[in-house]
Amino acid sequence: MANSKSAYSFAGKKQKSDTHIIVVWVDNEAGVLARVVGLFSGRGYNIESLAVAEVDQRQNISRITIVTTGTPQVVDQIKLQLKKLVPVHKVADFKREDKNVIFKEMALFKFVANNGKLNKAFEACKNFNPVILDQTNKSNVIQITALRREIDTMSKNLKKFGLVSVSRTGAVAMTRGSEIFK
Amino acid sequence: MPKFYSGAEIVFKCLEDQNVSHIFGYPGGAVLPIYDELKNFNSIKHILVRHEQGAGHAAEGYARSTGKPGVLLVTSGPGATNAVTALTDAYMDSVPLVCITGQVPTHLIGTDAFQECDTTGITRPCTKHNWLVKDVNDLAEIMHKAFEVATTGRPGPVLVDIPKDIQFQKAQYKNYRKLKKLNGKSHNNYSQKNIDELISLISKAKKPIFYTGGGVINSGTKASELLRELVYATGFPITSTLQGLGCFPADDNQFLGMLGMHGTYEANNAMYSCDLMINVGARFDDRITGKIDEFSPKSKKVHIDIDPSSINKNVKVDLAIVGDIKSVLTSTLKTLKKSKNNFSKSNKHQISNWWEQIQKWRSKRSLDYIGSEETIKPQYAIERLYELTKDKDTYITTEVGQHQMWAAQHYKFNKPNRWMTSGGLGTMGYGLPAAVGVQIAHPKKLVIDIAGEASVLMTMQEMSTAVQYNLPIKIFILNNEYMGMVRQWQELLHDKNYSESYTAALPDFVKMAEAYGCVGIRAKTPEELDDKIIEMLNTDRPVIFDCLVDKQENCFPMIPSGKPHNQMLLGPKDQKEKKITGKGRTLV
Repeated sequence: MANSKSAYSFAGKKQKSDTHIIVVWVDNEAGVLARVVGLFSGRGYNIESLAVAEVDQRQNISRITIVTTGTPQVVDQIKLQLKKLVPVHKVADFKREDKNVIFKEMALFKFVANNGKLNKAFEACKNFNPVILDQTNKSNVIQITALRREIDTMSKNLKKFGLVSVSRTGAVAMTRGSEIFK
Repeated sequence: MPKFYSGAEIVFKCLEDQNVSHIFGYPGGAVLPIYDELKNFNSIKHILVRHEQGAGHAAEGYARSTGKPGVLLVTSGPGATNAVTALTDAYMDSVPLVCITGQVPTHLIGTDAFQECDTTGITRPCTKHNWLVKDVNDLAEIMHKAFEVATTGRPGPVLVDIPKDIQFQKAQYKNYRKLKKLNGKSHNNYSQKNIDELISLISKAKKPIFYTGGGVINSGTKASELLRELVYATGFPITSTLQGLGCFPADDNQFLGMLGMHGTYEANNAMYSCDLMINVGARFDDRITGKIDEFSPKSKKVHIDIDPSSINKNVKVDLAIVGDIKSVLTSTLKTLKKSKNNFSKSNKHQISNWWEQIQKWRSKRSLDYIGSEETIKPQYAIERLYELTKDKDTYITTEVGQHQMWAAQHYKFNKPNRWMTSGGLGTMGYGLPAAVGVQIAHPKKLVIDIAGEASVLMTMQEMSTAVQYNLPIKIFILNNEYMGMVRQWQELLHDKNYSESYTAALPDFVKMAEAYGCVGIRAKTPEELDDKIIEMLNTDRPVIFDCLVDKQENCFPMIPSGKPHNQMLLGPKDQKEKKITGKGRTLV
């Protein structure tokens, strides 16, 4: 009793956290993103990245892809809590390691440098489907698609080629093969 | 020619179609068109409160005592923000509420207009769902959906925010039609296999216990009947959470009393030592479990709940049955009768050692206290109140604090929907307005708010409401001049540093009652207590009863949380006999 000064219990043992990609299909209506994001912040869950856009214009369905980390218990709670929201239709959950799922992020890199460096920069990007979207004699903008960690590494390594600005999306996900998530 | 109605009319037509007979509210600029329409709808009676929080709690009291949704109507801005506490309270305790708020006209939204606030933004985390109505043609459908969301699945509050221009605009009225399942969110999601597993666990258990909660009450009176049937059919002991009190008769021998932080010795010990725990509509709240890592370490745990997100949220369970309690209990009883007729007799031997053990714990008499002839002990006051009212069908509400726990421990509930208390959020000031709502729903019944002097002052203004509508509610204040529970924690955990917990400058409650135009009664000694209580019961008007009780009394038994909970503090009587050591295995 002597050391206990709280009306609440102390935190119990911590389980191991994993990274999960949660995909949520929602009615595209006012405030729906705030409901989803508010649920994460209100209950103390992480959001590492977020991607959202309407995918079905006829039925007004948006697809939200959230990368999060949590213990198995927390990830379960995230899914169950999301399913309770009225505008949510379905919720899918993939582990980052899952081989049956494709994850992709897109990044835009702006380089300001001489031609030699700009060429080297494009060369360095060649494993990640680089597309030059804009070019001047002292700058260019390159689009790549890759995994999160790859983009992390790239943005570090490309500094030496005159990388001045990075803009990137959250991850989006799709299952491999002919099956779709019901 | 289709008929066109204004938004305000549509609101009332929806309320009529939903069989709403009472709404609790407070007018203001942004809801005036709705208030203007009130006179044309005679089947709906409006109860004018004195503060929007009061409207919310009154609607909660109404909902919890009837099982129907409570409806409140408040204005924009401060009207809405004042209702937030009540909405959060209802969200935590799963009470169905429909809150209608006015909003500034649509063209002014976002301009920081007079009495504007982001109502849907503010209430998003404390409602099941909310809507801002931007088109009068959507209004009827949204209103009906609001009722559906509030009352289906795990019940809870919803909010419909209606801008003032929408209240004036006209549209056709769309009749209520039962919507398809909400986005396929089904409520019963279990199979006969789950039930068979449960029966198998029941038949193997040597040390079983039922742990029941508010979900049983939310599932309707039939669920309580079925629960009784199942408990008798198994012969198992049963304990209940604060919110579940009343779903099983408290004076029955199989009932171990409330569990948790201020639960009985036998209930908490049984939870710790059991080998099968059947959770029926409770949510493993932290006031129940104490330290999670050491919660009931050796038991198989079954969880029956309508809300899938309640399963494995705090405590990992071995068997989850997601469904409405009523339907799960029906299936369970059917299967039990089919496969093991006369189970309670055939199984008696298997659990007889368990019952012996429970009797030993019971003999501790953990709710005992040291009586006094000079001062009124608060427990004694509740006991006398119970004895003098038990023959009436009494509805009890409470505020939050020591008096609430004493009421839960010493007032014995035998029926569901008779006990209205703020458990999850712990809202001081809940009880008085809740009593107003209960009395509105049950005009002929005895409604008592067991209160503390600190809590009741938070919503005291609602006495005016009670007087205006001739609601003979009884406010039974256990007055110890302290925020008692705060004082108790300070005594036990903060070296008796009673920082700001003394309520100085208290009003004279008897004079206050007179000022409100109701009746004030004061009891000072145990000797006069019975007569005064009888005087209160014989008064057919609102009464404020100022019961002066022992100022130092603490609420025991108690699991001091924050440590491994193998230490349960018993009352002073027991402490005198022998100091409790950590060996007593007493914890939840």
